[in-house]
Amino acid sequence: MAVVKVKRPKLGFGEKIYLGALAKGFLITLKHALKSLAGKSIGADSLKSSGMGVTMQFPETRWDDQLPEYYRGAPTLVTDEQGRERCVSCQLCEFICPPKAIKIKPGEIPTDDPWAKVEKRPQEFDIDMTRCIYCGMCEEVCPEQAIYLRKDYLITGLSRAAMVHDKKKLYEIGGVRTGLVNKWNELK
Amino acid sequence: MPSYLFWFFAIITLIGGISVIAMRNPVSSAMSVVVSFVGLAGLFVGLSSFFAAIIQILVYTGAIMVLFLFIIMLLDLKTETKRAPSIAAIAAGLSLVIAFTIQLVGVITHTPNKQAPPLDQAALTAAAENFPADSGIASALTAGTLPDTKLIGHTLFTDYNFPLQILGLLLLVSTIGVVVLSNKSSEKENH
Amino acid sequence: MTDIIIQLLIIVTKIVFFTFMVLLPLVPVSVYFERRFCAVIQDRVGPNRVGIPLTLLGFKKDIPILGLFQPVADGIKLLLKEDFTPSYVRTTYYWLAPALTVIPALITVCVIPFGSPISILGHQEQLLIADIGVGPLFVFAVSSLAVYGITLAGWSSNSKYPFIGGVRSTAQMISYEISLGLSIIPVLLYYGELNLGHIVQHQADHGWLLLPFWQDGKIGLPDATTALYMIPAVIAFIIFTVSIFAETNRTPFDLPECETELVGGYHTEYSSMKFALFFMGEYAAMVIGSALIVTLFLGGWSVGFGLDSWINGLHIGDFQIGGILHIGVFVAKLIAFILFFILVRWTVPRFRYDQLMKLGWVVFFEAALINVFLAALILAAPELGSAAIAIGAVLLLAVTAAVIWVAKISEPAPKALRV
Repeated sequence: MAVVKVKRPKLGFGEKIYLGALAKGFLITLKHALKSLAGKSIGADSLKSSGMGVTMQFPETRWDDQLPEYYRGAPTLVTDEQGRERCVSCQLCEFICPPKAIKIKPGEIPTDDPWAKVEKRPQEFDIDMTRCIYCGMCEEVCPEQAIYLRKDYLITGLSRAAMVHDKKKLYEIGGVRTGLVNKWNELK
Repeated sequence: MPSYLFWFFAIITLIGGISVIAMRNPVSSAMSVVVSFVGLAGLFVGLSSFFAAIIQILVYTGAIMVLFLFIIMLLDLKTETKRAPSIAAIAAGLSLVIAFTIQLVGVITHTPNKQAPPLDQAALTAAAENFPADSGIASALTAGTLPDTKLIGHTLFTDYNFPLQILGLLLLVSTIGVVVLSNKSSEKENH
Repeated sequence: MTDIIIQLLIIVTKIVFFTFMVLLPLVPVSVYFERRFCAVIQDRVGPNRVGIPLTLLGFKKDIPILGLFQPVADGIKLLLKEDFTPSYVRTTYYWLAPALTVIPALITVCVIPFGSPISILGHQEQLLIADIGVGPLFVFAVSSLAVYGITLAGWSSNSKYPFIGGVRSTAQMISYEISLGLSIIPVLLYYGELNLGHIVQHQADHGWLLLPFWQDGKIGLPDATTALYMIPAVIAFIIFTVSIFAETNRTPFDLPECETELVGGYHTEYSSMKFALFFMGEYAAMVIGSALIVTLFLGGWSVGFGLDSWINGLHIGDFQIGGILHIGVFVAKLIAFILFFILVRWTVPRFRYDQLMKLGWVVFFEAALINVFLAALILAAPELGSAAIAIGAVLLLAVTAAVIWVAKISEPAPKALRV
C-alpha cells in the first residue's frame, strides 16, 4: 500500500468551540436512554429484549427456540429405536477429544444378550464437562453415530464430581435417535 | 473554651514545625509543614479571621506545598534520608534560632500588654459608624457579626490600593518572565 | 453552661444529619444512578436484581426493588475483600492517603446551606452547619487538600502507574483551581456576599442567577442590569462547571485514573476498603461540586417562582416545616445535577493531557479573567456615563481580541502526521 498523506481537517469556528458537538452528543445519549427506558431500542425485538434496552434477562426469558440448527451444546450418547446402545466403545472419540474430556472403559456384551453380535459396549463412559470445549469432534469421528451434541447449554454443578457426566446421565440427556446406522439391525 | 482551642492548634503548629526538621524523609517534612499550616489556620479562625485562615489553607497548603511535594517526589531524593547532619549545619541553625529567640523576646517585652477589644455588640456597632450606613460592612457590623472578608477587601482597595496594584504588576512581570524563559529553553532543544 | 451544651448538641446533630444522613447516602445513590443511567444510555438494563434477600430467610423468591440495594451489596463486598498491602509500599502514607481523600470532601459539607431556617418552639435554627462568611472559598480551600491524598497515594504505592496518576492529578487540580476561583468572581460580585446562606436567600427572593424571572414573590421580567448579567453568569456557569469536572477527576478529565494508559491510576495498588475510600472520596467530591453549583447558580434550596415565602410559612403548630421541604428540593436539584454529571461521563470522550492543560490555562483562565471585567462593567453601568460605558466596552473588546489573537499566533502549527 502506498503511503497516503493525510491532511488535518480544517475545523470551522463552530467545531473548534466544541459546545455544539457536545450538545449533539448529549442528544444522542439522551435519545438512547429514553428509547431504552421505553423499550424501543434499535434491535430490541430481534434480540428478544425483555423490556429495557436490548438486554434479554436470562433466567426469565430464554434463547432456546432461537438457537440455530448448528448449535453445539452438551455431548450426549444416544440409543437407537430398538433401545440398543449405539456406542460400541471403539474409543475413537476418546482419542480425538482435544481437551481429553472423554474417558471410556470398554466392556464386552455377554453372549446371551440379544445384541451379542455387537460384541462391545462401554462399561463406563464419562465426559468431564469442565474440560469439554464443545468442538463436536467426537460427534464427527463416531463411526456408529452414537454421540451427538445436543442443544443443552445449562450445565451446572456445585462440585467437580457433579460436572462429570457419567453414562447414565449421558443417555438421559441424549435419548433415542432413530434412523441411519443399521448395520447391526436385522433389516439391512 | 477558645483558649483550649488556642492551645490545641498552637501545639499542632509546633509539632508540625518541629517534625519538619526532625524528619529524615523530605516528603514527611513537607507533610509536617502542611500540618503546621493547618494549625496556623486554626489559630486564625480563633481570632475570628476566617478569610486569613482560608487563604492560608487555599494558597499555602493547597497550592504552594502541593508544588513542593510535587517537586520532592519528582526528584526522588534518596541521599537526603541517609546523610548525617554535619556539626557546622547544626551550629549555624542553632545560632539562627538563638538570634531569633532573642529578637522575639525583645519585641515581646517592649510591646505594651494590651488586650484586644472584645467583639461584642457595642464595639461592633460603634465600629459600624466609620462606614456608610447602607454598605454591606455597616449592616453586618450592626447585626453583630464581623465581616472580616469585606473589611480586608475594603482596606486593600482604599488604604493600600496603590501597593496592591504595584504587587499585581510585579506578579504579572514575573509570570511573563517565566513564560519567556521557559519558551527560550524549549526552542533551543528543538534546534 | 446548659446553653453551651444545648448549642453543642444542636451542632453535633446537624453534623451527623447532614454529613452522615444526607451527603454519605448520596454517594451510593449516585453510584447506583451512575450504573443504571449508563446502562440505559448503552441500551442495557444495569443492576436490577439486588433487593430484599428473602431467600436467605427461607422464602422462595427475593424482592428486587429495581436493584436499589446494589450499592449495599457492593459495600459489603468491598468491606469483606482481602485488604492487601504490597510489601514495597511506604506504609504510613499508603494508609493515610485514602483517608486524606475522603475527609476533605466530608468537611466541605459544613458550609452548604441545605434548607431555609426552621423554627422549633420559637427557636430559629439555620439548616447549615457553619454559618461563616467565606463559603465558596472554604469549599475550595478544603477540597484542595484532597489532592494530598491522591498525590501521596501515587507516591507511596512506589509503582510507576500510580505515580504518574498522582503527578497528573496534582498538575490538573492546581491548574483548574485558578479558573475555578476566577470564574465565580462575577457571581460573588453580583451578590456582594460570600456567605452561601445569604446567597441562596437572595436567590429565593430575587430569582436564581441563571433564571431571574421573579422578584419578591411576583413572576416578571428582570430589570436591564440583571438581564444583561445573564451573559457573564452563563459564561461563569460553563467555566465553573467544567472546572468542577476537572477538579473532581471526572470524565472527560479523569486522566489520573485513565485505564487505557495507567491501569487504575493512583489507586492501582489499593484493594478492599482502602480502594472504596478513594471511590467514595471521588463521588463525595462530585456531590459537593454539584451542591456548590446548585447553590451558586441554580438557587440552592429555593423552589423559585415566588413560592419560597409561602413554603416558609408552612407550619404544624409551632413547628415550621418549610425548611424540611427545602431540604427535599435541594436534594432533588442535587440528584438532577449528578445525573447531568453522569450523562457527561458517558457522552464525552476523555481529553488528551495537552488539551486539558490548554483548556485550563489558555482558554478558561483568560475567559474567566475577561468575564470578571465584563461583569464589573455591567454592574457599574447604571452609575457611569454613557461615554465611560462605551470606553469600557471598547477596551474590553480590544483586550478580548488581543487575547484571542495572542492565543492564535502562539499556537504551534500542526505538525505533519508523518515526516
